[in-house]
Amino acid sequence: MLGRLFIISFVACIILGCGKPSSENSPDNPESTTQILNLGNGAEPEGLDPHVVTGVPEHNILAALIEGLVAEDPKDLHPVPGVAERWEKSEDGLIWTFYLRKNAKWSTGDPVTAKDFVLSYKRMLSPKLASQYAYMLHVVKNAKAFNEKEIEDFSQVGFEAVDDHTLKITLAGPTPYFLSLLNHYSWFPVHVPTVKKYGEIDSPNNPWTRPGNFVGNGPFVLDKWEVNDVIVVKKSSTYWDKDKVKLEQINFKPISSAEVEERAFRSGQIDISNTIPLNKIDVYRKKNPENLRLDPYLGVYFYRLNVTAPPLDKKKVRQALALSIDRESLVRNVMRRVDKPTAFFTPPDTGGYTYSGGPKIEFDPDRAAQLLAEAGYPQGKGFPKLKLLYNTSEAHQRIAEAIQQMWQNNLKIQIELINEEWKVYLNTSQKMEYQVSRAGWIGDYNDPNTFLDMWLTGGGNNYTGFSNAKFDQIIEAAGQEANWQKRFKLFEEAEAILLDEMPVIPIYHYTSKYLANPKVKGWYPTILNHHPYKHVSISPED
Amino acid sequence: MWKLIFFRLLKAIPVLFVIATITFFMLRLTPGGPFDREKPIKDPEIKKQLEAHYGLDKSLSSQYFDFLGKLVVGDLGPSFKHSNRQVNEVIIKAFPVSAELGLWSIMVALALGLTAGMVASVKPNSILDYTPMTLAMIGICVPTFVMGPILILIFSLKLEWFNASGWDQWSDRVLPALTLGGVYAAYIARLTRGGMLEVMSQDYIRTARAKGASEVRVLLKHALRGGLMPVIAFLGPAVAGLISGSFVVETIFQIPGLGRHFVEAAFNRDYTMVMGTVLFFAALIILLNLLVDVLQIWLNPRLRTT
Repeated sequence: MLGRLFIISFVACIILGCGKPSSENSPDNPESTTQILNLGNGAEPEGLDPHVVTGVPEHNILAALIEGLVAEDPKDLHPVPGVAERWEKSEDGLIWTFYLRKNAKWSTGDPVTAKDFVLSYKRMLSPKLASQYAYMLHVVKNAKAFNEKEIEDFSQVGFEAVDDHTLKITLAGPTPYFLSLLNHYSWFPVHVPTVKKYGEIDSPNNPWTRPGNFVGNGPFVLDKWEVNDVIVVKKSSTYWDKDKVKLEQINFKPISSAEVEERAFRSGQIDISNTIPLNKIDVYRKKNPENLRLDPYLGVYFYRLNVTAPPLDKKKVRQALALSIDRESLVRNVMRRVDKPTAFFTPPDTGGYTYSGGPKIEFDPDRAAQLLAEAGYPQGKGFPKLKLLYNTSEAHQRIAEAIQQMWQNNLKIQIELINEEWKVYLNTSQKMEYQVSRAGWIGDYNDPNTFLDMWLTGGGNNYTGFSNAKFDQIIEAAGQEANWQKRFKLFEEAEAILLDEMPVIPIYHYTSKYLANPKVKGWYPTILNHHPYKHVSISPED
Repeated sequence: MWKLIFFRLLKAIPVLFVIATITFFMLRLTPGGPFDREKPIKDPEIKKQLEAHYGLDKSLSSQYFDFLGKLVVGDLGPSFKHSNRQVNEVIIKAFPVSAELGLWSIMVALALGLTAGMVASVKPNSILDYTPMTLAMIGICVPTFVMGPILILIFSLKLEWFNASGWDQWSDRVLPALTLGGVYAAYIARLTRGGMLEVMSQDYIRTARAKGASEVRVLLKHALRGGLMPVIAFLGPAVAGLISGSFVVETIFQIPGLGRHFVEAAFNRDYTMVMGTVLFFAALIILLNLLVDVLQIWLNPRLRTT
């Protein structure tokens, strides 16, 4: 009978074809070719349609497959020629003309034309596609109206193909950060004939992005996509700048667990990781500092305060909470000295802007206690128990516990910690059924506007109830201001209001924490954690 | 026998229907939807369009009937999260991986478990008994999320015999199968020992010995068949558990199996994917239980009359 059981198992195995050695070269074998980069890429991407997807893992792959009008400098990400070899803007900053290079080609060999861009943007804005990042294009004249079905005629939207190689874009207002928007994948072109070939142009379920179907114009082409296993891209033979591309292949591995990824890194299966477990940082600092990378990142960790309900409707209470957090100690003791404690909101050097203005939030427990007393709660007397909400995670919990301790010690108030599963937490936060809620914000593009315009009255990402007419007015004005210095001055004024009114308590600015094999060259620290792959190479001597 | 199979399959239909209904409504009652994210959709118009596209703008009852209508023809729809994939194709692609891992694990479990159990039962309460049983107790107590990393640490990172993660080569099957199979091996060892000891005291074993059969022959030919009945009964749910994929082991070893889709779909509120995987697993478990019942009848003549 034992025999029978084994026979059953064996037959089942043979049917399923197990034990069969992999027919192709395993991408895990580092010796097979030198110019192969193995990247840990966090999660399995939602998809690869630049007009549908929304995340960072998706960006990392799309940046290899598609090139926009402009590309990024590998060191500081400033816009450099991409499909457009040059561009100019009108004096009022409203009309931008892009001259596309004649040798830019799709992976089919077709030239990349201005019409391709116009049709792509039409698709991006089509209401039926319901692209979640369509708002990135709303800076263009009438784009919002078309996206929201107020107008039907796309020719009224500010995109125009003057000829095959000239694209004119008319903006709704002078948008000084316009060029930095263009590196977001929502601005990437798609090969419309290919999209149409595999389904409806405006269906998010269109399978044109499968390997074999996918057509792009970037330095790499899609070769293989095994869900939850690997996405393989190979060097393109049609890319206009292919001589500069040194990597032959990139393997994107969707490893969602930081511990698993760290082990894969240690065994040499990946060259660059997506992240690193917090408790491994000190180990690497001591033993393998050459592998540890800690780069400033365009994000801020903060607490939202619901200003619509007592006791947080009182400004002094909010200020007291902010001033009684010892951020230095928090980052030193809880965050392993990795992230940067902050006294303001917008990360330093965001598009060249660093807040240096009036109110900053320094740790000042005496002043905090005094503010709380002025608000009517001397020594925390009569202060209701405050609920602090965070999404279930060890890291958030540790921070919440530390802050709970600081508030209890410095303000003598009671804090209740509440953790909720991610989607439940999002629901609670966005419906504003919270008092204090953990939050994070990663910039969409490298400009202070992405950190400040969300606090506009009724802004889609505001959900603190914060509303300040002067703040709104200044942000509006900054959007119309073409002079950089004056514009930054306006942002500084706006941020000062934010830090005085304190609907949010900034805690620290993010750091990209990851592991990198030193044999990977051209992988510079950049604030968006973008690494244009055509400048990356593997140096075999290491 | 055929009648039994037919009626059991017939009974499966209302069971699956109830499971589908409960899952559907539980999922919709859970707070948070598939399109809730840290950066919520700014534009109410876009959100409306998106919900219309996936039929979420309709009333709950009409969504439910739409779902049932499509289910009858086997259409589970596209995944909400991975918008260019159909739930059906995800399951078809990922299930064989989980099943393969499961089958290797069963083989590991049987090979280790039966051997250990039989050895232990030969001389009860001797060193030959205590050693495998102590190991089995450890196997039961150490969870896979501890065992997996320990095996990786020893065999991948120190000895460099295997990859730390992945599912590309033949050798990638070894550590996950040991991790997952090890736990079941421990149970099987204990069950085998118990079953064997019980059988060894039966009259027919004495008869076999009296006939002059060698001890090995008594053990393998006469005792094993009866001694294994508890193991067979255990194998039914065990096989279902093993081949439907283990989220933990698939995560630790980065294996693209169905277990990960199942768990991640729930976190993502990927309604269609959750429905698909739940129903698939339910059907699988019903089928496997049936299979085990048939197997037990085949192996145990005493059950045949019923």
